[in-house]
Amino acid sequence: MLSIKNLQAKIGEKQILNGIDLQVNAGEVHAIMGPNGSGKSTLASVLAGREDYEVTGGEVDFNGKDLLELEPSDRAAEGIFLAFQYPVEIPGVSTINFMKTAVNKIRHYRGQSPLDAVAFLQLMKEKMKLVEIDQSLLGRSLNEGFSGGEKKRNEIFQMAMLEPKLAILDETDSGLDIDALKIVAHGVNSLRSKNNATIVVTHYQRLLDYIVPDFVHVLYKGKIVKSGTKELAKELEAKGYDWIKNEAALV
Amino acid sequence: MTTSTESFYTRIQQSALPSYFTEGTAKRQAALQRLAEVGLPTIKSEEYRFTPITKSLEKKLTWEISEQVSSISTIYSLLVNGLDAHLIVLINGRFSKQLSNLKELEKNVIVTTFNEADKQSKEVIQKLLGSVGNSSDAFALLNSAFYQEGIFVHVPKDTVVSKPFLILHINDAQQKQVISHTRLLTVVESGSTVSLIEKSDSVGEHNCFHTFTEEIVVGENATFDYCKIQNDGRAIHQVSNTTISQSDSSKVNTFTLTLNGQLIRNNLSIMIDGEQCESHFNGLYLVKGNTLVDNHTVVDHQKPNSFSNEMYKGIMDENSKGVFNGKIYVRPHAQKTNAFQSNRNILMSESATINTKPQLEIWADDVKCSHGCTTGQLDEEALFYLQARGIPHDAAKAMLLYAFALDVISLVKNETLRNYLDGLITERLHKNF
Repeated sequence: MLSIKNLQAKIGEKQILNGIDLQVNAGEVHAIMGPNGSGKSTLASVLAGREDYEVTGGEVDFNGKDLLELEPSDRAAEGIFLAFQYPVEIPGVSTINFMKTAVNKIRHYRGQSPLDAVAFLQLMKEKMKLVEIDQSLLGRSLNEGFSGGEKKRNEIFQMAMLEPKLAILDETDSGLDIDALKIVAHGVNSLRSKNNATIVVTHYQRLLDYIVPDFVHVLYKGKIVKSGTKELAKELEAKGYDWIKNEAALV
Repeated sequence: MTTSTESFYTRIQQSALPSYFTEGTAKRQAALQRLAEVGLPTIKSEEYRFTPITKSLEKKLTWEISEQVSSISTIYSLLVNGLDAHLIVLINGRFSKQLSNLKELEKNVIVTTFNEADKQSKEVIQKLLGSVGNSSDAFALLNSAFYQEGIFVHVPKDTVVSKPFLILHINDAQQKQVISHTRLLTVVESGSTVSLIEKSDSVGEHNCFHTFTEEIVVGENATFDYCKIQNDGRAIHQVSNTTISQSDSSKVNTFTLTLNGQLIRNNLSIMIDGEQCESHFNGLYLVKGNTLVDNHTVVDHQKPNSFSNEMYKGIMDENSKGVFNGKIYVRPHAQKTNAFQSNRNILMSESATINTKPQLEIWADDVKCSHGCTTGQLDEEALFYLQARGIPHDAAKAMLLYAFALDVISLVKNETLRNYLDGLITERLHKNF
């Protein structure tokens, strides 16, 4: 589904990604871990098309399309979803209207007719249950005045609405208490299928107790320095990142 | 057309008052006299620092008092869609009885031109005109000297005027330049409820200069809703001077929307001369091209225990310029005043500008006042967020701008009017989501 080859990117003059290789197939969950500043969020942002980053080399193929050539909105329409680490507050735009626009823009891109109000509401009600989010919250300005947990649940609600092929969760666990974490994880797990894939970007192993990965990759200084199974995450939790750094230094 | 400021001004000075100015001659003379002392503003004038109106008038127009006839016979496209209103139409500064519609006025509600007013109304006009908005603004004085037509609206005590008044100012510059000066005096007696919408449109490619001065007296426990829609052509210079005076427990809501024009200057003053008053005054300017829009507002808390809240927002694109100046006065004995002000701006291009200045002068010590102004570009992070959900760049941009504008529009109470304004904004922002 997603094939990243030798991806390099910088922000300003600062090189952050130094040649990432990653293959993600349908039905898989990949965890990207690593110490602060290793490039985890940059990778997520580059895949979603954030303009602040300049891709300086490499290629990304997503279901046969050159992802790096696509506008951020087209990437979303092709099935990429980025759950933001810091969801943006947008006064004056309600989540409902926002989602209605997003759903129908994506349907338009795919050559489907727009959902009418009834069908949209039905879809929304169904997905709201999944993340235990209240309709009154969705009628309010997008993320404005939401708690950290509400923002993250809103992200997963949006993910449920848009049914992406590839979901990238960028530090979704940050700022969440254990109850909120469980709700978010439950939402993500319910959406898993053999047709879609998930990349979980996280600093801590905690989230991976709830969203169990098939593969774990450790990112350090802009490169994947180690890959393994969920056991690798446990090892990292127990030993910290220093041994990875030392190992990397030896290479 | 290439005369100096002095000669334009000299020509004003030398203009004899035309013989068809049959009413208010003494006041006209006094205003002309005062104008001679004040002079037209230059960029050295503090109140017009960012708005070189005299220079611009000089370049674009020649001073004359001859009236332009108009061939306009239908105004349908200029009306507020679907709004059932008492209609007052002024074309090139003159009241058009034919195009106006005042058939269903409530009992004892008076709408008349100053000229045609009955004896009793004339006395009220004589007494109030120039006393509510006692402005030393040069264009208010110019208007006081040369206004062609005055409209007097009188709503007696405890009357709910069910339909809004819609005053349509049309400047028809299809043949040649137009200079027009119009005047409004409105008295809303105690306990009454009135909504007044003023819409100005100019047609034709020739230059226009339009001044209008409004004096509005809002009595005790009365409610006055006021909306100004400026959707003129590109070639108009417009200066409005609006003064609203409030008595005890009255409520005033104003909304000013500016979309077009060469140079638009709005002086809006709210005199809170009563206790327990509530005033909300809001504005939105959505401009592009070479439009300059300048809103100077004053809220003057003269008595204790009143509340005022002001919110003006602007979106400037291309080479347009915005100016905002918001004065809040809280007089020494106006204790327990609550006065709030905010001005927020978005600049859409490198060459668009905004000059914004809050000015608070507070003499009372037990008050709550705040002000804030922000100027920025569209939030890139928000733009990316919308795009990352599949909304293309242009639609995402329109969505954010619309949301920015909408919270001012949403304060307009009349639903038909609100939908109409929403439509104007949607059209302007090319909203396609």
